[in-house]
Amino acid sequence: MADRAVTAGHAAPSTGSRPSIRPTYLLGRFGLHTVAILIGIILMLPFYWALASSLKQVQEVRQIPPVLWPKVPQWENYVVVWNVRLFTNWVTNTFFLTIVGTTGIIFSTSLAGYAFARFRFPGKPLLFTITMATLMLPGYVLLIPNFLLFWKLGWLNTYLPLIVPFYFGGFVGGFYIFLFRQFFLTIPHDLDEAARIDGASFPRIFWSIILPLSLPAFATAAIIEGIRRWNDFLLPLIILNKPELYPLSVGLRYFVLTPDTQPKDHYLMAAAVLMTLPVVILFFLGQRYFVRGVVMSGIKG
Amino acid sequence: MVATAATGSRAIAAKGSLRREETLWAYVFLTPWIIGLVVFILGPMLFSLVLSFYNYTLGGDYTFAGLDNWIKAFTKDEFFWPSVWRTFLYMLGVVPLSVFGALGTAMLLNQGLRGTTFYRTLFFMPHLVPTVAAIFIWLWLLNGQFGLINELLFQGTYYLTGKGVVGPNYFGDTFWALPSLMMISLWGAVGGNMMLIFLAGLQGIPQELYEAASIDGASSWTRFRHVTLPLISPTMFFNTVLACIAALQSFEAAFIGTGGGPAYSTWLYGLHIYRTSFDYQEMGYGATLAWILFIVLSIFTYVQFRASRSWVFYAGEGRDG
Repeated sequence: MADRAVTAGHAAPSTGSRPSIRPTYLLGRFGLHTVAILIGIILMLPFYWALASSLKQVQEVRQIPPVLWPKVPQWENYVVVWNVRLFTNWVTNTFFLTIVGTTGIIFSTSLAGYAFARFRFPGKPLLFTITMATLMLPGYVLLIPNFLLFWKLGWLNTYLPLIVPFYFGGFVGGFYIFLFRQFFLTIPHDLDEAARIDGASFPRIFWSIILPLSLPAFATAAIIEGIRRWNDFLLPLIILNKPELYPLSVGLRYFVLTPDTQPKDHYLMAAAVLMTLPVVILFFLGQRYFVRGVVMSGIKG
Repeated sequence: MVATAATGSRAIAAKGSLRREETLWAYVFLTPWIIGLVVFILGPMLFSLVLSFYNYTLGGDYTFAGLDNWIKAFTKDEFFWPSVWRTFLYMLGVVPLSVFGALGTAMLLNQGLRGTTFYRTLFFMPHLVPTVAAIFIWLWLLNGQFGLINELLFQGTYYLTGKGVVGPNYFGDTFWALPSLMMISLWGAVGGNMMLIFLAGLQGIPQELYEAASIDGASSWTRFRHVTLPLISPTMFFNTVLACIAALQSFEAAFIGTGGGPAYSTWLYGLHIYRTSFDYQEMGYGATLAWILFIVLSIFTYVQFRASRSWVFYAGEGRDG
């Protein structure tokens, strides 16, 4: 959607008719590129610093003045971090929770989105309003009672609180329900009608007509929620207190709290880079879908 | 005759059963969400309201406290008002800068520059960094002695004036700690989701309006002020409301980065709720604090909606109502 930015925008003044415009136009373009590059450099500085620091030798880490780029980049630092006790556990845990949680939310919200997009049933407007209203709820209101619920169920220090709710729409399911509904509404109704006449059941229509035509919507939801699950911090923080169960977000904090006489900022930076990497890769794989989802939430909102 | 009447009545009956079948299936598809809504959202919400009238620690007894918790928040809790004002201050720092920053980057990307897709990806990168990782990176970036920012500041001022300025130890300084948290948020926001939403909004503005304005001799500022700004105002409103809601709930940066310090200078409201509920185990009072936030957010959003009528322009809609 936003890919149009390349072609759209303020059209260039027509060349030829008023040749006097050319120099100022070029100067303007040059100025805009300069601004864009400057903003890019400023926004990239923290990345550069994290990467540079992650590759330093231990004596370079806390040197004054700071070493801007290590003499010999220490790629082994990443190996060291990878081998820190429990680090691979945290990576596995995070992948597991991300995949299982995202699957759950897609399952539950796509079905609800289908119901809102295609069915007429009593109670629909009210239910839809409530669904949208839940998006305004601050997470804190749900945090304490849900914590007590999970405690009562004996779910603390298990993954159940980080998995089960997501198979029932999670805490921000309204967003994805809306996203799916909007997408399903764009699929021509005739297709379902034809399938109905051929005797297809509703689950079958969903499975063999709606779903194959909505893969972009599923990709969008998967990417947005995948990133959210990967980054999730507060819920695992209150639910888990066994380090071997931590996801990366909570584990990284444990990493910094461990007392150590040697500076380990370079390792921490390497860990931060490692944690960021999968998100960046996921984003590049599905950039198109991600942008579409964000834009959709904004325009219709 | 008989045959047609029979098929007719059968058709009506079929239609009725079809309607019933449709309703049935709709609720089948909605079952997971309705269960989730009741068990994990609406139920807990009501329960936390009830809880706010009780004193409760994990594993202890529920003792009825009446309005005590609510009164305590406003009158006895010495951290309450400071954390409220601090959180508003944080919001006032973050929201305008990030909203206008994101509008700026979006407008830049809307100029049809060669390489716009590249710039867009570049600007968006910070938004992808997990909050926890971003906080660690910024703690190190803004480290007073070994951080890049103070080194650049020193070298830059040394180069310009011959005398290097030594920057503060940002996260250890009661004045600088809160602005430093704002920086982390701002870094991810100016090129993040808000920028993408603005970009889509800007692309929805008809080019003819700019052309017409140009023919009338409007300067680029006039075009911005009288074409772009009014037409982008619904998007701006949406972004502002969401940014305010997010800022008022800000937690992770203060929790991980500073733990609320130094000297409570980053003790934000979200952190106050967390500490009260999970460190001090005052679940009842924590629920009260959470409900106060909920009420404030609702009022805040309502006021913004009311106020938006005077500045948000919806094309093709009447202004009454």
